[in-house]
Amino acid sequence: MRRLLFQGLLRPALTETLPESSGGESAILGAKLDVAAQRRLGRSLSIRAIDAGSCNGCELEIHALNNALYDLERFGLKFVASPRHADVLFVTGPVTHNMREALERTWRATPDPKWVVAVGDCAIDGGLFAGSYAVLGGVASVLPVDLAIRGCPPNPSDLLRGLLALMEVPAAKDRST
Amino acid sequence: MNMLADLVAKGSRVDGHAPWPRAIVDTETWCHAIEYLDAWTLSGLWGEADSVHMALLNQTAHQLAVISLDCAAGTFPSVGARHAPAIRLERAIHDLFGLVPDGAADTRAWLDHGRWGIRHPLGTRAKPPEPAPYPFLAAEGESLHQIPVGPVHAGIIEPGHFRFTANGETVVRLEARLGYVHKGVEALMAGADLDRAAKLAGRTSGDSTVAYQLAFARAAEAALGIEAPERAHHVRGVMAELERLANHLGDVGAICNDAAFALMLAHCAVLRERVLRAADACFGHRLMRDVVIPGGVTVDLDTSAREILRTLAHTVRRQFAPLIELYDNTASLQDRTVGTGILTPQLARRFGAGGYIGRASGRDFDARRDLAYPPYDRLAFEVPVDDAGDVDARVRIRIQEIDESLKLIEQILAELPGGAIRTALPVRAGEGIALVEGFRGDVLIWLRLDENQRVRRCHLRDPSWFQWPLLEAAIENNIVADFPLCNKSFNCSYSGHDL
Repeated sequence: MRRLLFQGLLRPALTETLPESSGGESAILGAKLDVAAQRRLGRSLSIRAIDAGSCNGCELEIHALNNALYDLERFGLKFVASPRHADVLFVTGPVTHNMREALERTWRATPDPKWVVAVGDCAIDGGLFAGSYAVLGGVASVLPVDLAIRGCPPNPSDLLRGLLALMEVPAAKDRST
Repeated sequence: MNMLADLVAKGSRVDGHAPWPRAIVDTETWCHAIEYLDAWTLSGLWGEADSVHMALLNQTAHQLAVISLDCAAGTFPSVGARHAPAIRLERAIHDLFGLVPDGAADTRAWLDHGRWGIRHPLGTRAKPPEPAPYPFLAAEGESLHQIPVGPVHAGIIEPGHFRFTANGETVVRLEARLGYVHKGVEALMAGADLDRAAKLAGRTSGDSTVAYQLAFARAAEAALGIEAPERAHHVRGVMAELERLANHLGDVGAICNDAAFALMLAHCAVLRERVLRAADACFGHRLMRDVVIPGGVTVDLDTSAREILRTLAHTVRRQFAPLIELYDNTASLQDRTVGTGILTPQLARRFGAGGYIGRASGRDFDARRDLAYPPYDRLAFEVPVDDAGDVDARVRIRIQEIDESLKLIEQILAELPGGAIRTALPVRAGEGIALVEGFRGDVLIWLRLDENQRVRRCHLRDPSWFQWPLLEAAIENNIVADFPLCNKSFNCSYSGHDL
């Protein structure tokens, strides 16, 4: 173990700068964090991930945000274990009827101000599962959605860009006014 | 004597069911089969509007067979009454189709939480009853208390409810309640064309998207009576092993992290990321979604892709070696994993536990070898088996499988045959079944196509159906705090199970 830790000191960090989006901002829709909230939160958001019926593909990519190459926490963003500690809910899946109540209760447990991010195509409109007797079809059918990140699943870079948009768009607005 | 063939011979054999036989049997033969389930393995149990099907595996004879029973009266003799692994499958059949397992001990709903607005959605489509509280199994004794956990958990994981009954720190009983991510995949499958159905199959359990799409493609090819080109088989093999590699790397790190050893997760997560990036570079998608299709694959492996994969195999092998050493030499880590969450070989065999869960508990089965399908029927690889059955054994099986997957990838790249990667699909009716070894265990897909090549009925059986109940047995007498560790060492799929 000593050798591994020592190597960690000598080797450069693996963390990468975030690549520019290849597809413009089309993957990210409608960031709505307002200026007041931006001031209150500074550059720090606590995120709570909730699977509301996903196939677990989105979860794999959300997990990847924590690896050394993406290193989410350098941006002041971190995943927390309870909705009571969260500013942002990261919701995946087409929202199954069996998860609806749990999702609503999680949202109610999150203190204001709070934002909801619909992560992945299923969370946006039900995706491939739209029309099933078992799903509601998109997070917006249950909660107010502030940001949507497309993809099946969205890759970690898209997720990161989405989160940064949540924090930075209002700053841009601020400059323009 | 080949008992499975005898069983099929007792019924009327169904034409056009491939590659293994299916026979429609009478009630007596159905009950006879139930008697033999201790010798064979129950590989699947699923319904249709007016019949039930049971897939039986004879592991030693490397054979699979399906028997079907008409249930015009809406009932069938319960398999679960005698053979516990069938209980949840039967509860699901009742929820979805309304067929009643006659004599079943557990008649509680399973996937149906009373919230769909409809009852028996694939069968009688009745009005739902008033939602009622779910009665958990009882545990009685002095100083027992219950701990409800979920469906929303603390980590970034799928939803499910775990009801612990504990005496102080010690778990007396765990009962899982699943079905929260039920999306109605099998209902969406009905009437879908092959293109849409393959996409749905690939989204049944996201971590096994290649395994599912491979199983679906093989079932469709069997139903249509065709075989994918040789080169496609090999490209599929590379993808299946990359998926296994990525998941095992992630799991080894995550299991150690649940034993509070974050260093391993940090290193393994980087290796997992390397695999996903190589997959993205070669196949255009990090999880390799929608590349395996009925008839072949959509992406070929060109020279540069083969080079990327060779480099990847080299890198992973070189960088994983010190991590194995780290695992071996960290006593505080093994203090958590050795002897924790023991699954006995008897239970693993009885439940037909697939993947590393079965193989860490002495069940020497791997669909790639025992029901060999291309390209594995012409490749050399070892199937590691251990009989300790604890968290440590499940980690060590994964570690060995990582090495085997790397060797397989190198072997396939060295022997990659030329030729086409897709073949045309005839438009005709048929029935097909496939058993494919995903990273977690064997995925079974049964498919019936109509004359327009549309899906009439498709059943997808995740290996987790036979693994979730075993987690409840493995955690008994362990401390509550070791549950995340045991759970991660199983890593069952919620979505694959809930459908």
